[in-house]
Amino acid sequence: MENFDVIVVGGGPAGLSAALSAAKAGMKTVVIERGDYPGTKNVMGGVLYTKATEAVVPDFWQSAPLERPVIEQRYGFLSGDETILAGYRDPVWAQAPYNAHTVLRVKFDRWLAQQAEKAGVMIITETVVEDLLYKGDNVVGVRTGRAEGDLGAKVVILAEGVNAFIAKKAGLAPQMRPDTVAVAVKEIIQLPQEKLEDRFCLEPGQGATIELFGDSTQGMMGTAFIYTNKDSLSIGVGALLEPLIRTKWTPNDLLEALKAKPYVKRLIQGGETKEYLAHLIPEGGYNAMPKLHRQGVLVVGDTAMLVNGLNREGSNLAMTSGKMAGEVAAQCIQSGDLSDQGMSLYEQRMRDSFVVKDLYKFRRLGRFFETHPHFLKVYPEIAANAMHLYFTADETSKKERQKQIMKMVFEKRAKGGLVSDVFGAWRAILK
Amino acid sequence: MHFVVCLKQVPDTSEVRIDPNTNTLMREGVPSIINPYDAHALEEAIRLRDKMGGKVTIVSMGPPQAKEALRKAMSFGADRAILLTDRGFAGSDSLATAYILTVAIQKIHAEEPIDIVFTGKEAIDGDTAQTGPGIAQRLGFPQLTYGIRVREIDNTSVTVERKTEGGREVAKALLPALITVEKEMNELRYATLPDMMKAAVYEPEMWDAKSLPYDTAEMGLKGSPTSVSRIFPPPGRSGGERIDATTDPKGAVANLVEKVFQENIIMVHPAVKGGRA
Repeated sequence: MENFDVIVVGGGPAGLSAALSAAKAGMKTVVIERGDYPGTKNVMGGVLYTKATEAVVPDFWQSAPLERPVIEQRYGFLSGDETILAGYRDPVWAQAPYNAHTVLRVKFDRWLAQQAEKAGVMIITETVVEDLLYKGDNVVGVRTGRAEGDLGAKVVILAEGVNAFIAKKAGLAPQMRPDTVAVAVKEIIQLPQEKLEDRFCLEPGQGATIELFGDSTQGMMGTAFIYTNKDSLSIGVGALLEPLIRTKWTPNDLLEALKAKPYVKRLIQGGETKEYLAHLIPEGGYNAMPKLHRQGVLVVGDTAMLVNGLNREGSNLAMTSGKMAGEVAAQCIQSGDLSDQGMSLYEQRMRDSFVVKDLYKFRRLGRFFETHPHFLKVYPEIAANAMHLYFTADETSKKERQKQIMKMVFEKRAKGGLVSDVFGAWRAILK
Repeated sequence: MHFVVCLKQVPDTSEVRIDPNTNTLMREGVPSIINPYDAHALEEAIRLRDKMGGKVTIVSMGPPQAKEALRKAMSFGADRAILLTDRGFAGSDSLATAYILTVAIQKIHAEEPIDIVFTGKEAIDGDTAQTGPGIAQRLGFPQLTYGIRVREIDNTSVTVERKTEGGREVAKALLPALITVEKEMNELRYATLPDMMKAAVYEPEMWDAKSLPYDTAEMGLKGSPTSVSRIFPPPGRSGGERIDATTDPKGAVANLVEKVFQENIIMVHPAVKGGRA
């Protein structure tokens, strides 16, 4: 049986970041990935944040296969055929040090794996890890599905993604529940660069993102998105499983309904669908976060439920957690303390970082939208109605108009409800 | 014994499409795989090596990225892999390819005498089945093509069951020989983890045109008499004819019978007189 210092289960951003930082600290490290190569099975919306990536690979933008730097973030609320828009654009984000890039994971993850290999990491593909190996209560390696498939390790880092098979087996992650996991589907639609840049008012090479709320998910807890790639758009929609099951919407129907919305239709017109992807997103947040360590094991990325849904952040949390896990693994190995207590350094560092701080801050969010469904259905409708009334010039006096709007608002939502909604939102998002 | 396997990285043709406007292959984004017949050739070589002892050497010609296919091939348990890569090789047809591979195999043969050269029956991106026989001819080795089973092997000869159009043929050849392999030859193995790990860090040897005594007139486009004048997808099948039977089922059946005979789907034997009204 071959022995390693660190075995990483899963070749996504979390796992590869963990492997990179462990290898840089001198650890003999292997990543075990079940796809043909890292990236083949990996899916996200498509925004990669600079800060977290740079911490793992300095100046990554000089060699990584990136699509476009994001210079504009647009937000839309859909209500029927109506759209309310807001957004922010700053061309300075088109230059180093950037803020975020759009990426296609099949290319980016493969590149990240090559960086890990350069740092000395061994990457074994097409191989499934079936379980942890124990000696007494101590984790001493992993068992893979191949013949002579046992590998020894001092520390195993679980970066196996949302399904968390091994973490569940080891009693670290809980069973997924329909209200803590979202299903997202996405298409990659090819469009000529010039058309794409015209439609989004972009200079050559620049990128934009659009997040759509409200009727984009038929009022369900979730969001839709449109991101510009080099010569394609990533368009997708995700919603919590629980309302999907309850309302019997299929993810594909959600996406088709989104593509038929007047505001969206024009953006994707004439494009050819090149790829269709689907993925589960852990949305349980802080309250669903598993224990992040045990003797000889650290848990990172989606496996640890590290996703900030409200701010569409996930890959940065994954990479930050991976980097810390790799460093802590190296530290524990060097000090010889692989006990649960020793490994808790990782959790401590995570709690001190933005990762767990953000998850903690938005810990009430999931529950809030569950108990205040008006935010995703009634309020977009009210706002759209109000704007329609206000912006329609038909010789009604503005004073009369405002009266009409207030009347409409209170018809759709009682005053008491409004107050509780505002308080609830303040508590869930701002407090 | 020394077994050499010729192996080609090919686009997964089950995913290649033809651009209807330009009639060219759309290879972008199509995954590359080991030519399936070559994988079976490699498997057989490894099995024989495990049985007889010796060594398996893989030779491939292709662009630098074919290294991936060679690494993968190593994970099945081969001992050595060589990639012949040079801009001058680009555009070679099966004649030139056989030449390029032969010169390399001759060098290998001079260093470590070869007993059997294995190739796949054909490559799935060309379907010519010429390269294997071309190599045998140039090497002066006897060739056993369309092999489906190695029946016997010893230090001087090999007996192979061959697939022919009418049935099976058992043929024996003196060594050294070349065998081209059908998929029925064996079942591919699932690599062991130690072999996977060995392959993950393996660096195939890279040989370019200068490292061997090549005659540049025989390789690349210059050495390739084949020219592809046009590639086009076969015309799509036109839909069949529907006979509506909702209002007049009897008439519809009569109509159908009429058409069946008209189109010669069923023919009336001349001996049957008045067989049909």
